[in-house]
Amino acid sequence: MKRYLASHVASLPPSGIRKFFDLVATMKDVISLGVGEPDFVTPWTVRESGIFSLEQGQTMYTSNAGLLELREELSHHLTCSLGLSYDPMNEILITAGASEAVDLVMRAVLNPGDVVLVPDPSYVSYAPCAILAGASVRYVPTHAKEDFRLRVENLNQVYTPKVKLLVLSYPNNPTGAIMHREDLVPIADFAAKHDLLVLADDIYSDLTYDGRHVSFASLPGMHDRTLFVSGFSKSYAMTGWRIGYVAGHSDLISGLTKIHQYTMLCAPIMGQIAALEALRSASEAKADMVIAYDRRRRLMVHGFQQMGLDCFEPLGAFYVFPDISKTNLSSEAFAEELLKEEKVAVVPGTAFGPSGEGYIRCSYAYSTEQLQEALIRISHFVKRRLSKV
Amino acid sequence: MLTEEDHKLLKLIAEDCRLTPVELSIQTGLTSEYIKNRIIDWEKEKVIVGYRPMINWARTGEEKVSALIEVRVLPQRGYGFDRIAKRLQKFPEIKALLLMSGGYDLSLLIEGKTMQDVALFVAEKLAPLEHIQSTATHFVLRRYKQDGVELMGEEETIQRLVVSP
Repeated sequence: MKRYLASHVASLPPSGIRKFFDLVATMKDVISLGVGEPDFVTPWTVRESGIFSLEQGQTMYTSNAGLLELREELSHHLTCSLGLSYDPMNEILITAGASEAVDLVMRAVLNPGDVVLVPDPSYVSYAPCAILAGASVRYVPTHAKEDFRLRVENLNQVYTPKVKLLVLSYPNNPTGAIMHREDLVPIADFAAKHDLLVLADDIYSDLTYDGRHVSFASLPGMHDRTLFVSGFSKSYAMTGWRIGYVAGHSDLISGLTKIHQYTMLCAPIMGQIAALEALRSASEAKADMVIAYDRRRRLMVHGFQQMGLDCFEPLGAFYVFPDISKTNLSSEAFAEELLKEEKVAVVPGTAFGPSGEGYIRCSYAYSTEQLQEALIRISHFVKRRLSKV
Repeated sequence: MLTEEDHKLLKLIAEDCRLTPVELSIQTGLTSEYIKNRIIDWEKEKVIVGYRPMINWARTGEEKVSALIEVRVLPQRGYGFDRIAKRLQKFPEIKALLLMSGGYDLSLLIEGKTMQDVALFVAEKLAPLEHIQSTATHFVLRRYKQDGVELMGEEETIQRLVVSP
């Protein structure tokens, strides 16, 4: 039946993660460091508000843009936390997770033939969404020696006049890299010079370990040039609720809303009510999670360094991205052999783009005990491999 | 006032006091020497007053009875409730002693092997004390949560995908 698939869908390569997921699923007693979601359960007060909303019979559609109360609270939150200013009436759209927001941005702004610049490595959905929107993608390599930060020199190397959109995803999945204000300023100049629109995926903005996150949209002149995407999944451990949002100039948001109203209609009401509660009452729970991630982050970096592997110190998100090239194995071979020999699942860096070769992504959204056990197993594997080199 | 780093360190120790200074150092980024000295200071200052495991005695099958006792006390001139509290805290049967606002003055958590033990303690030791006006004993029937730990039921098993982007 494959003949019925549209050619641009049929030619889309399957996710590198999916392939690995299938392999892991066949094995037992695996310790997985492959998960890109928090190990915490949504804070109780947030869950309780969702339950209460059902008890009250709040099971209807909301407006396309989402509950006004949530947009108002969100607007206030973005001002307080990131210094951003968005009108809740027409500059914020609540989506079914940040993933929908990414898709909407691509579909709303890209014409066939447009080019999107995507940092490499980065989250898996930007390139496929751009391709499905008829655009093409140019990867912008980032390197460990530059703390995996996006540099204008690297942007210049891949720039063509057809570039319309630049993706910024910091703190970054999979590297854990962040961008400081001084790193963002030249990018803003680059975007202004070439009149680019920027999709800033700030989904991990609350999970930083070296001061407060600086949002690209907060830089002078960048408010209207940026579509700010984020959500509740990572900050409040709410992945399954599917609540994200996108904020930007009202002309752009109204374009995105057109697609959203015909395809999604609205984000789930129970999730929206829970998200509102999260903004109002879960900041302490969020801060506790950040403290826990920070401890685990240090534990993981120390663990890999003890094994003799270079491990860039991640300052955001909940991943470490150690360099495994000393073992003379490709990322994929490392991940597969580690899984078979020590039953630890990690994700090959290449699942996140070609620059991920030589790295593996390990999530530390696990208990300290699980992480310690995983580190012991990985160290056995690495020791054996290094002795062969 | 604690610094942010000391706050994080103390919180980590409060969660798991078995961690060694080296392990604490890895997880906090502070040096193990600093951590050792800080712990010694906190012990001296009675910020850290003990290191004990939390035991759910109900699971051991061992008989143990607890009661919360509301006590009304006649405050003493110049001492308020402190003098009687100082005396009460010496009794080993009293595991917690709190001065309360509201309808009564002191709240006591008593532990004994049997209900008889607790009743005898109240009747023979506590109630006859000078300045104690009245007591009301409430026996604990079941503990659902203790020191922030949920004691009831099985651990929630969270079904996450094994690999996700």
